[in-house]
Amino acid sequence: MSQVVDAKGLACPQPVILAKKALSGIEEGLITVIVDSEASRENVRRFAESQGCTVSVEEKDGEFHLEIAKGYTCGIPDHAEESGKDTGKKRAMFIQSDSIGPDAELGKQLLKAFLESMVELEDRELPAKMIFVNRGVFVTCFWNETIEKLAELKARGVEIFSCGACLNFFKIADKLKIGGVGNAFDSVQTLVTHENAITLG
Amino acid sequence: MLHDIPFDDGNTSVLVGLEHSEDAGVFRLNDGTLLVQTADFITPVVDDPFMYGRIAAANSLSDIYAMGGQAICCLNLVCYDSCNIETHELRNILLGGLDAVREAGAAIVGGHTVDDPEMKFGLSVTGIVEEKHLTRNNNAKAGDRLILTKPLGMGILTTANKVDMASEKSMEQAAEIMALLNKGAAEAMNKVGAHSATDITGFGLIGHALEMARASGVTFRLKADSIPFLPEAVDLAGMGLIPAGSYNNRRFTRDDVHFEVQLSDDRKMVYFDAQTSGGLLISVAPEKADILLERIRKNGAKSAEIIGEVGTRKEKHIIFS
Repeated sequence: MSQVVDAKGLACPQPVILAKKALSGIEEGLITVIVDSEASRENVRRFAESQGCTVSVEEKDGEFHLEIAKGYTCGIPDHAEESGKDTGKKRAMFIQSDSIGPDAELGKQLLKAFLESMVELEDRELPAKMIFVNRGVFVTCFWNETIEKLAELKARGVEIFSCGACLNFFKIADKLKIGGVGNAFDSVQTLVTHENAITLG
Repeated sequence: MLHDIPFDDGNTSVLVGLEHSEDAGVFRLNDGTLLVQTADFITPVVDDPFMYGRIAAANSLSDIYAMGGQAICCLNLVCYDSCNIETHELRNILLGGLDAVREAGAAIVGGHTVDDPEMKFGLSVTGIVEEKHLTRNNNAKAGDRLILTKPLGMGILTTANKVDMASEKSMEQAAEIMALLNKGAAEAMNKVGAHSATDITGFGLIGHALEMARASGVTFRLKADSIPFLPEAVDLAGMGLIPAGSYNNRRFTRDDVHFEVQLSDDRKMVYFDAQTSGGLLISVAPEKADILLERIRKNGAKSAEIIGEVGTRKEKHIIFS
């Protein structure tokens, strides 16, 4: 059961402090904070998001119920159970840049960390294919540490392809260090035939 | 509902009455000299009683300075919980107030105290201003430069401080900023000459700028990068330590503000943030702006900056670029 914090009638910043106490008391899970002013709704939402939590707000008779999820929400593991053991194999990953998100420098670190941490996944969680396109091909050509980890994934059955046109465009076709060369048809076919295509970058 | 009460009753000596959303009332004494009157009190914004008293007094005096005036005499306004506030604490609050009034060159000539579970302190202030120095809020002219004399973020910082979430260093800076009188800035305006002025208090930079732009029939173009604020205020805004008044300011003004520049929501909240004892916002002819800025800084408001300029009326009264 999720904990309920009743912060109605309290002036700013008291509702934030109550939410802070409730969140610091749990490792992960849900709490619900009830407030009755827009300022408190905004403030509690800001606080929770600043702590990396996700927040959903529902309005009920002039009261705001903020459901705050800390850590992994209960929903995600349930869903993974449901989707069964081998659906991981049907997934394709489409890596379309050498960076994730708007900041290029941070984005490179993120992509590197994401790809390299994939070796920690169970076999059943691994994707069937990884396709590197556009600036994604810089990863398969030059990111030596990442390439080592990709080699581990390949050994565990993940097919790795880099887009041939992209390699030629950047004039680095001779630098490819891991996996095969794919064409546009392969990429499109993979995207439409795999149930879950995950796009990175 | 209260707007239609005829407070000034047609008295022709009342130059500025309640209808103008001005900083202080102005009453003509004789041909050259005008009387300026205001009153304000606030709940504690810092922990130290003396500092609270000083800030509350600076906040009350500020309205006189916003009109270009000088304070002459004051009354203490005290609401306190006689059962829970110790006499020596109250004494220190009053001493803090006196400290500010002395620096203003004014005198405390009396006051009134009532019992109230929530502490409040401030002053009723009487000042004078020569008519040629009167800086109302309706006279900003296209081409003017806009000067802000103190950094923003005081509402957020004092809210965070109530729950010990503001750093000691930032609170020291905030207390120093709030305790600074706007006297030096007003004297600089008298010396150099300014078109219009207001002080930044409860309605925040945007709220008070909007009043001035509306009353003057112009648009203010503010340069976000030039507007001084305490950096920690943005972080604390991100953690939800924003006073309800600042959200109200946003709600009441947002339709009249346009952000041309990309700013985080937290940064915008600093511009909507309700201030205590904030600085003056001054509209001054462009050729005098640098001289005025220099003099204001020399008179003690070291963080003063030129934050934008006045343009002809556009659809929105306030534009951030």
